[in-house]
Amino acid sequence: MRDGQPTVLPGFGLTLGFTTFFLSAVVLLPLAALMLLAGSTPLQQLLAAIASPRALASYELSFGGALIAACINLVFGFIIAWTIARYEFPGRRLMDAAIDMPFALPTAVSGIALTAVFSTNGWLGHYLDLAGIHVAYTRLGVILAMTLIGMPFAVRTVQPALLEVQRDLEDAAETLGAGRWYVFRTVIVPSVLPALLTGFTLAFARALGEYGSVIFISGNLPLRTEITPLLIVMHLEEFDYRGAAALGFVMLAASFVILLAINLLQTWGHARMARGEQ
Amino acid sequence: MTAAGAAPGSLQELAGRPGRATVLSALGRRCLIGLSVAFLAALLLAPLAVVFASAFHSGVQKYLQTFADPDTQAAIRLTLLTALVVVPVNTVFGLAAAWAIAKFEFRGKTLLVTLIDLPVAISPVISGMLFVLLFGMRGWFGAWLAANGVSIIFATPGIMIATLFVTSPYVARELIPLMQQLGDDEEEAAITLGAGAWMTFFRVTLPKIRWGLLYGVILCNARAMGEFGAVSVVSGHIRGLTNTMPLAIEALYNDYDFTGAFAVASLLTLLALATLALKALVERTGDRQP
Repeated sequence: MRDGQPTVLPGFGLTLGFTTFFLSAVVLLPLAALMLLAGSTPLQQLLAAIASPRALASYELSFGGALIAACINLVFGFIIAWTIARYEFPGRRLMDAAIDMPFALPTAVSGIALTAVFSTNGWLGHYLDLAGIHVAYTRLGVILAMTLIGMPFAVRTVQPALLEVQRDLEDAAETLGAGRWYVFRTVIVPSVLPALLTGFTLAFARALGEYGSVIFISGNLPLRTEITPLLIVMHLEEFDYRGAAALGFVMLAASFVILLAINLLQTWGHARMARGEQ
Repeated sequence: MTAAGAAPGSLQELAGRPGRATVLSALGRRCLIGLSVAFLAALLLAPLAVVFASAFHSGVQKYLQTFADPDTQAAIRLTLLTALVVVPVNTVFGLAAAWAIAKFEFRGKTLLVTLIDLPVAISPVISGMLFVLLFGMRGWFGAWLAANGVSIIFATPGIMIATLFVTSPYVARELIPLMQQLGDDEEEAAITLGAGAWMTFFRVTLPKIRWGLLYGVILCNARAMGEFGAVSVVSGHIRGLTNTMPLAIEALYNDYDFTGAFAVASLLTLLALATLALKALVERTGDRQP
């Protein structure tokens, strides 16, 4: 049997042809340009760009900040998803709709808005300042922006999984005398674990590459609050394509590892679900 | 199956439990709802409110003045033009990709799906950079383009291509799972009964997927109008020429014209709110479909 033949439906050649052409022109060709440029750069020069003190400081902030933001989203994403999935309260639908806000709001807008809220004379920044906490133009501000941008991914991945947890299993465990915490640990967490980890990884990936909402609140102090995407922009502005491609290569490699991790997590989740249904 | 009612347990124990559990769970419930509301209020609601508060801080007059500025008007026009070109192209791409992937089995399908998803996974700055490496002054086609007097980078075509790349997955990602889930019994029936390919698509498939399609198009449009990182890299930031609305916000903000920056931001915020409202509407209407 040839590819695409087991059905009477038409359009296989046309749609697959167009899709392949589009992806080759718009996605593959540009990626090849980056790979070739990074690959053709002398190793010495490549390493110098990848391991410069500023680049190293930016990885620390980009990867470290994204990791912390993803951890915050792991906890709050679960709490928010739980609240929406399990409780009935006024404003629940509104809350549910608002979760996607960071997804729909242009990043430049969330960037300047967060800065305005958390600067020392901002609505919340004012009070935090009294407590000695400075958010705007510090690494904390970067983490805050990264948290905002990753939040919808964490919530939206866990939410459907929570709805699928077998309620009869929970009820049974509780009727049999299991404490609430015990039920939570032994029934709920194991069933949503793949979704939790997928949400964590997606939030991490999004925070890692984020540019617009971070650069306003970060203040962009060299070695302190510069994220890696900002360094790439600076290289490009100086027409240093090789330096930019070297850093881009590092970030792309990270993205591929993350994509792989997400695929593995989803396969694991499906396998577990299939076993659970047997 | 362990039926809940069949579970053994002393009556006193069972009678003692619910009350305690209810009080505890009511407390826990309040705490969790409170935490969620506080988290979302600080991170979502406050920034949203600050946009409008800052935009109207110096009065309506000053707010409207921003939009009388020719540079701002040019930015709005460029953003609209970009969306007008990019969204239809990506809609066609999304429909084609979803048809090929949902209706047929072929080798390399997983790879194809990964490629479709790729632009979402990589940093917008890198997305923009890819096109600078191709079409920029020192890029692959840079010399040829310069010799022929074509400018892509630091011009409108570059902005459109970068936006096209970044927003390409949205319609496809919405349609692929939907079309897989809906199956193709109706399409097969139509074809078997002698309907043409296009007729089958327009009369059978399109009505089935219209809500998902609409949502995908809305998302794609929101992202196309709001894209910042990728466009920032290819635009060159020439005021009145290559600044889109998000870039105009940055320019005004860096000039300390906060009222102006938040005034432009308020338009994009309204777009985001409209997108979310439409999404809620589509989900509700879609749910009611048989």
